[in-house]
Amino acid sequence: MSETQVFSIPKVWNENVHTHYCPGCTHGVAHRLVCEAIEELGIQDRTIGIAPVGCAVLMHQYLNLDMMEAAHGRAPATATGIKAVRPDKIVFTYQGDGDLASIGMGEIVHMMNRSLPLTVVFINNAIYGMTGGQMAPTTLLGQKSTTSPAGRDAKVNGYPIRMSEMLATLAGPAYIERVALTQPKYIIKAKQAVLKAFKNQVEGKGVSFVELLSTCPTNWGMRPLDACKWLEENMIAYYPLGVFKDFPPSNTPANTSTTNTSN
Amino acid sequence: MARSLMKGTEAIAEAAIQAGCRYFFGYPITPQNEIPEYMSAHLPKVGGMYVQGESEVASINMVMGGASTGYRVMTTSSSPGISLMSEGISYIAMAELPCVIVNISRGGPGLGNILPAQADYRQATSGGGHGDYNLIVLAPGNLQEAVDLTQDAFDLSQKYRNPVLVLADGFMGQMMEAVEIKPRKAEDPSVNADWALGWWNERGGKHVTVYSMHLAPDKLEPHNTHLQEKYARMRANEARFEHFMVDDAELIVTAYGTTSRVCRSAINNIRAEGYKVGMVRPITLWPFPSAGYSNLPESVKGILDVEMSASFQMVDDVRLSTLCDLPISTTGRWGGYAPSVRQVEEACKELLKK
Repeated sequence: MSETQVFSIPKVWNENVHTHYCPGCTHGVAHRLVCEAIEELGIQDRTIGIAPVGCAVLMHQYLNLDMMEAAHGRAPATATGIKAVRPDKIVFTYQGDGDLASIGMGEIVHMMNRSLPLTVVFINNAIYGMTGGQMAPTTLLGQKSTTSPAGRDAKVNGYPIRMSEMLATLAGPAYIERVALTQPKYIIKAKQAVLKAFKNQVEGKGVSFVELLSTCPTNWGMRPLDACKWLEENMIAYYPLGVFKDFPPSNTPANTSTTNTSN
Repeated sequence: MARSLMKGTEAIAEAAIQAGCRYFFGYPITPQNEIPEYMSAHLPKVGGMYVQGESEVASINMVMGGASTGYRVMTTSSSPGISLMSEGISYIAMAELPCVIVNISRGGPGLGNILPAQADYRQATSGGGHGDYNLIVLAPGNLQEAVDLTQDAFDLSQKYRNPVLVLADGFMGQMMEAVEIKPRKAEDPSVNADWALGWWNERGGKHVTVYSMHLAPDKLEPHNTHLQEKYARMRANEARFEHFMVDDAELIVTAYGTTSRVCRSAINNIRAEGYKVGMVRPITLWPFPSAGYSNLPESVKGILDVEMSASFQMVDDVRLSTLCDLPISTTGRWGGYAPSVRQVEEACKELLKK
């Protein structure tokens, strides 16, 4: 009887490391999807990742890749700097909602609009995880956090920002999709989206952005399974899954002659 | 390149290109706009790239990304823009990345104005951002020196893996003088493969990380100590100054950048009338060239500090360098004015009468 291997740890994952992520957090799934995409495309030796400030700040300790830790919100700017100098490298940012949609709103908008071939992995869990459950720009109306203890009130706090939809109004981006990480049927789609976002860059197809709806059981105050259920019932209702932009490069006006080949 | 008449900002830009800088990230601000304009026109011709950031905050983080690859990169700005960049400069210093930053400084605080001022001395010499770090700060006194120091800045930033700031006020940026810009050989970026991103194969299949967070105090404390040891080497080796007519001087004028030019004219004029005045001109503001003030001749009775700064920001460093042995007076203009030659002459004569 022959044995069939059904599971292995991706080669891009550093051996013998344990993450600091809480039980039930989907960062682990997201990290794995990034590792699998890089491994399947065979680009480990030429990929450079940018870790954000937030829960994924230590991501560079887990992935066997050249990586950099950016200042809060500035991952898109550092990625732009790297890609400008090394257009031969595959450069991605991995950012949470506070990092990308609050303090780094300017940087992400302009990077997406500039459309250098880059990849963004955006973790939207509707809360600040690392700092202890404060309100994020993506926190849902009525959702309680440590800085919206009575629930998010639009009159004071404004409305949760739909980043994928907003960025899809730009001419620059080649590909924008929102997926979820709560169960296999969603994760299979998420895998394809992350893979495509990297593959686009390998093929020089402008800037790609994948939003991963993620759970934060600790700061939501829920058990992991309840968190998955809450995400599906509440977050997907406000943040619909789907493709918001998917243009072939020839239809992306800002996607020509923006890289140099000096290296 | 033969000697040619160039504007300060453009001379700095060309000097950087001749020193091997191929990547520039910046945001427009007066009075330094000719630098990004020059770079956007000339870098593509030499296989480089100009990226206009959406802000100074983004620009300095693009510099951080570019610097992390081991290639020569730079940005330029003016006072309010440097304030915005200061967070990023702190991260770059902590991550030990080489880069060059130019501040063509203007009046402040706040929006101030777009005219020349020397009111950023304290910001520059303290590093500008948070935490225990320093930048090497180079202060040219003429445009040929601006060219040479800009090229030195790249070499020094590579030597110490530390950001280097060229601090030149708006006069230096906007005036024209004859300069000669020679090519300066840059190191091959692959020499940085042991720490820089993007050299996986050259490194034998091992990854590196560029980071500034050391969560555990048993990691951060030794890293802070390591940085201080590096800064001590800079203090020991990189301080530069000029002595001008110091040997028989009874009064020492001290000034850097544009004000040193005014002082030089004043000293030449009143020397002809028999006043024994000399000048100590710091060329590096950090490390501060204390040696320039420590072995002054016995004949020196006092010091006159001349600045385009309302609070005479350099005077504390001068006082410390003289160990408070000599009385220090001040004169200057600020808010966009430079002191006149006559103002400095009269201040010198007044002090020598006493």
